[in-house]
Amino acid sequence: MANLDLTPRLGPDLNFVRKEMAAAERPPIGVGGLTHWLRTNLFATPTDAALSILAILALVWFLPPMFDWLFINAAWTGSDRTACITVAQGGLQPANWSGACWPFIHAKFEQFIYGRYPMEERWRVNLTAALFVLLLVPLLIPRAPYKKLNALLFFVAFPVVAFFLLVGGSLDLSYVETPLWGGLLVTLVLAFVGIVVSLPLGIILAMGRRSKLPVIKLLSVIFIETVRGVPLVTVLFMASVMLPLFLPPGTNFDKLLRALIGVALFETAYLAEVVRGGLQAIPKGQFEGADSLGLSYWQKMRLIILPQALKLVIPGIVNSFISLFKDTSLVYIIGMFDLLGIVRQNFSDTNWASPETPATGLIFAGFVFWIFCFGMSRYSIFMERRLDTSHK
Amino acid sequence: MKKSVFKSVLGVAALAWTATVANAGTLDDVKAKGFLQCGVNTSLAGFSAPNDKGEWSGFDVDYCRAVAAAVFGDATKVKFTPLNAKERFTALQSGEIDLLVRNTTYTISRDTALGLDFAGINYYDGQGFMINAKKLSGINSALQLSGASICVQSGTTTELNLADYFKTNKMEYNPVVFEKLEEVNAAYDAGRCDAYTSDQSQLYAVRLSLANPDDHVVLPEIISKEPFGLGVRQGDSQWADVVRWTHFAMLNAEEFGITQANVEEMKNSANPEIKRLLGSEADTKIGTDLGLTNDWVVRIIKGVGNYGEVFERNLGASSPLKIARGLNAQWTKGGLQYGVPVR
Repeated sequence: MANLDLTPRLGPDLNFVRKEMAAAERPPIGVGGLTHWLRTNLFATPTDAALSILAILALVWFLPPMFDWLFINAAWTGSDRTACITVAQGGLQPANWSGACWPFIHAKFEQFIYGRYPMEERWRVNLTAALFVLLLVPLLIPRAPYKKLNALLFFVAFPVVAFFLLVGGSLDLSYVETPLWGGLLVTLVLAFVGIVVSLPLGIILAMGRRSKLPVIKLLSVIFIETVRGVPLVTVLFMASVMLPLFLPPGTNFDKLLRALIGVALFETAYLAEVVRGGLQAIPKGQFEGADSLGLSYWQKMRLIILPQALKLVIPGIVNSFISLFKDTSLVYIIGMFDLLGIVRQNFSDTNWASPETPATGLIFAGFVFWIFCFGMSRYSIFMERRLDTSHK
Repeated sequence: MKKSVFKSVLGVAALAWTATVANAGTLDDVKAKGFLQCGVNTSLAGFSAPNDKGEWSGFDVDYCRAVAAAVFGDATKVKFTPLNAKERFTALQSGEIDLLVRNTTYTISRDTALGLDFAGINYYDGQGFMINAKKLSGINSALQLSGASICVQSGTTTELNLADYFKTNKMEYNPVVFEKLEEVNAAYDAGRCDAYTSDQSQLYAVRLSLANPDDHVVLPEIISKEPFGLGVRQGDSQWADVVRWTHFAMLNAEEFGITQANVEEMKNSANPEIKRLLGSEADTKIGTDLGLTNDWVVRIIKGVGNYGEVFERNLGASSPLKIARGLNAQWTKGGLQYGVPVR
């Protein structure tokens, strides 16, 4: 660095102090730009460099064939399996062809969304979905007004309306029995009901587990530990196979309802533990402060403790929701078909049997699941940042 | 000990059930409901699978439709309950379904201990082997498979039959076990095992999804008998009769050459056997004695066609599966399907 002592030394007439700033020099290579980024992120140490090169090689090796398979070589049009099999197999594709079989998705798309819901009644599902989006979006945008009314509509009015719309049987709507439901419809119904039921119940159970009243505490602990100790598959299986044997003859207990109850209770137990973690993280002073203000138990919880506790456990809650969303696929084992279930069921349609069909179907299902789960996860990050009051 | 107590509790529960449900008279129940509730496989190529419109189609599915046609004269008056292997018997015992047509192997323990009856065998299957003939040229019998690695789906009787077969023939083998059918297919297609074992009807379905189907051959040995039965609840012989004779009617229709297309003309046939079958004989009581109408066979054939038509449409030459009739040919053509006389 140049001498920064700018006091004139050679007398008042001779002044070497600059009148204007020197033009900025280019930063040396290595502290900015692409090279810098590469150096700090990919090639910082020899180990990093080795790993980076391996990863890049793997991508180069993996991505182009994948892209080829998904788009370039893929079959896009066709009305049956011949579009997706080679000439040797009796189809239209050249020998050794391999590519995604998109006509399969095209032909089955509606089935993947609605299941076997009757064609002429599908507007009801669409209407329900439209209502869902209309109510959910303003609820998710922090600046949108009328939050209380909106929440009331979404969590109380919407489920009732959705029930009457989807099930029907009244108001001139024909009855659509739940075995006909399927695909994304079932996935979303299970996930939505699971989430809406389990969050409040989970909070109550978490509070119950921390309660000083022994009976409430014991009951909460028993419920949580019993349900958490059993795999979801077992819960669903018991509900579907064993329950009918013990009910009086002729009782028809809807399969979807059984699954809904199973999923909701299961999720409740998990959420209770997540929320309990948040409650335990709140310092004792907060409880005592609330007490000294003369707040009742419920006021204390509602105004002081829960807002802080829930904020702390947002990642945990969203994590549970995401895993619930994916767990809905387990209803496959009780003969119900969520998105993944109905995709897999269609693999056995001989009109579409080809070596490429299962891979295409699974990629499609995976992509749909990813959209929903990724959406939830991004929203949770946004919410965490917004609610962050910097205790860090 | 614990397990056996649990099992006996289950057994008692099941018995209590069959006792209450069996007396109900399924035929009257079905007529009162206005539709037949039929249990089918959740998905099995050629037997029960959804088509592009989301409707059920397949060989077993058409059997459900045939019974619905016999009862109601309308093959669409049927609702399907997709069932997995574990649920199927409970569903029948508990009255959730009226009829089980779910590629269910007819065995004595199922017939006696599970509270169900089998009213007929709609498909004779058997476990077989498929190999890549290009890779393993020179092998033309399962007995040459000693030391081979064999792809098999876990938790099925297939796995047990495989073990039995190799043990009886004092051969070594290396099982490559997968949970899901797609996984087994992919593993076999990728050459991870030398042979694939499953019910023969399934081997044909698997062949459809292989990269080079012509390279693969199904070996002649059948190592197990898998007759697929039509299951009804025990103790309701009227309903069992309806199901049994629906099956025989379809077989007889094929034998006499009565098809979906010509059934109306055939009513005026001079052949007394055909007239008797189609209920166009004067003063016939065959249909009403069964609890149905006298034109019950006409209804079945109009609804789904004869046995041969149902077979060809779903499994045979007009389907991608192209399964040969084999054991399921008419008795006159060397098969086992034998339509007991309707008279």
